[in-house]
Amino acid sequence: MAKRERLSGNEAASIALRQINPDVFPAFPITPSTEIPEYFSKFVANGQVDTEFIPVESEHSSMSAALGAEAAGARALTATSSCGMALMWEELYVAASDRLPLMLALVNRALSGPININCDHSDSMGARDSGWIQLYAEDNQEVYDNFVMAYRIAEHKDVRLPIMVCQDGFITSHGVQNMELLEDEEVRNFVGEYQPEHYLLNPKEPMAVGPYAVSNYYMESKYGQVQAMKNAKQVAIDVMNEFAKISGRQYGLFEEYRLEDAEYAIVLIGSAAGTAKDAIDRLREEGRKVGLLKIRFFRPFPGEEIAKALSKVKVVGLMDRAESFSGNGGPLCAETMAALHRAGNTAKTVEYMYGLGGRDIKVEDFWHIFDELEEVANGKVVDGYSYIGLRK
Amino acid sequence: MSYNFKETMNKPERLAPGHRMCAGCGGTIAVRNVLRGLHEGDRAVIGNATGCLEVSTFMYPYTAWEDSYIHNAFENAGATLSGVEAAYNVMKKKGKLDETYKFIAFGGDGGTYDIGFQSLSGAMERNHDLVYVCYDNGAYMNTGIQRSSATPMYADTTTTPVGTESVGKPQNRKDLTAIIAEHYVPYAAQTTFFQNFKDLHIKSEKAIYKKGAAFLNIMSPCPRGWRYPTEDIMEICKLAVETNYWPLFEVEDGKWILNYKPKNRLPIEDFLKKQGRFKHLFQKENEHLIETYQKEVDRRWEELLRRCDE
Repeated sequence: MAKRERLSGNEAASIALRQINPDVFPAFPITPSTEIPEYFSKFVANGQVDTEFIPVESEHSSMSAALGAEAAGARALTATSSCGMALMWEELYVAASDRLPLMLALVNRALSGPININCDHSDSMGARDSGWIQLYAEDNQEVYDNFVMAYRIAEHKDVRLPIMVCQDGFITSHGVQNMELLEDEEVRNFVGEYQPEHYLLNPKEPMAVGPYAVSNYYMESKYGQVQAMKNAKQVAIDVMNEFAKISGRQYGLFEEYRLEDAEYAIVLIGSAAGTAKDAIDRLREEGRKVGLLKIRFFRPFPGEEIAKALSKVKVVGLMDRAESFSGNGGPLCAETMAALHRAGNTAKTVEYMYGLGGRDIKVEDFWHIFDELEEVANGKVVDGYSYIGLRK
Repeated sequence: MSYNFKETMNKPERLAPGHRMCAGCGGTIAVRNVLRGLHEGDRAVIGNATGCLEVSTFMYPYTAWEDSYIHNAFENAGATLSGVEAAYNVMKKKGKLDETYKFIAFGGDGGTYDIGFQSLSGAMERNHDLVYVCYDNGAYMNTGIQRSSATPMYADTTTTPVGTESVGKPQNRKDLTAIIAEHYVPYAAQTTFFQNFKDLHIKSEKAIYKKGAAFLNIMSPCPRGWRYPTEDIMEICKLAVETNYWPLFEVEDGKWILNYKPKNRLPIEDFLKKQGRFKHLFQKENEHLIETYQKEVDRRWEELLRRCDE
């Protein structure tokens, strides 16, 4: 039985975690993710979970302790944002190469400097090559649902990779929305007990984790990781289909919104999708063939599938919420263009940078973008890529 | 506590031979003797900071460790083992595990005094039931003998080389054992390879079985970095203790205890002159440096006596 609730994204994440009842949760506070360990500590204080909460002295230690716990045979996670994630950078790579399916509840926030507490994707996008599965959300419902599904994907025997469950700082983390929660029992049954095959605290079989590997072995270990990441695609699809059966909510690697006959489409990640959908609805009323592709999984990157979904589109607007300072667009742009090129898709593309450090993006901004996509179809030449809502 | 040298040394090895540590390495001697503190039948998870010990004992696909073992990174052995210990507690609570495990982290002075200091301090303050062992060889030996905050004053290292304008490391060494004791952990001690290893054995067993966080600082000479003949290691350690350079003491439940008081304290130059890293101190123009050194050793010894109510 679903329960209707009004919750912030951080509350929704915390409730999902209470329902999952993970084993070990080390954390260090940083805005805007702080509330997740705060809410969770109350569950611990009131005996609502069996979890060992470790109030560590830094994010490097929170990820290190989570990694140790997961290797020991426990289901572990931590939470952070922005500079907190930057401090645990080294550990992200170690967790992935040790093939430990731990979770990071990431509330996306701009990286310093200048120091800024608001949303963009510069923290997680910088970590896109660290070997973690990355799952993003548009709204609080999706945040909650992603948390419920995450461990099932990460822990699958064909995957065994850490998973980053991302949401947009303040926009979803602190914004309150109506949503539906599953019953505790339903979540526990869906997620199940963690049963690692090899772990430190296995009395039958001591094991060693984290070797020094010379050139003879290093490359094979990376190849193993990428195979696991490729496997994660089908595993995620299966888990999402199973989730649909208990929740009635069907998810995919990405979401297509009014895309089936669209001639002009935008591709983006996260909460801006809600604003984009509103803009698209209005333009559709005017008879314009516009649509949206909202990426949910940036790792594994569903390049082939995206290229297929965009195969009939004339012009694609690629919208990044993280700079990569290449002068050539952000990470979403680069990866999507590569996927289109590989698929032989000759659609024109225009790159947009938006929302850095929490800069608002409005419905009208999307109208202007769709106008420009049409102009490009009609021969307008766009110079490089543009910043949306930049102060002039 | 009774101690039988032969019996202790004949316990089954928990660090197997065949690893790649140097001949005469003090770190390996420290590890093997600490592991002898484990009671037979008890299992352990060993944590290890990046360093000589890690790269030489767990080179894929071989491990020298009989117990479960985790290496994570350079600066986080304390935090990593915190997580392992927390996992143990929750697995016990959930009835998933019957066996007894103990948790022992090993780090060199680089991973302990310096880059891993924050992680160690956190693990100690949170009072996880684990022991952190520093095998202190007084420099970053794995990367080639660079100075650390554990490097003694005036030592010639590759980042404090002796030259026309330099007499080696200009600063004093950090007293990490005292710093950890000031965390008010249940047990902190310092020891080295002395006499028949009784001090090291008793402290290891105590540290491993003391409930809560424990810290063991073991002076573990490195023949390459200190520049002495490999076979002289026991003599070097003895001189460190008999000159008061490396006093043997422990702090249990807040009480400071001096474990050994030299009958005739030897001058510090007896310790220094055995080692190539202090060779420059014995040139005529540097004699005053040995005097300064002696004053520092005496000052610290007095401070220790005061703390131990001696």
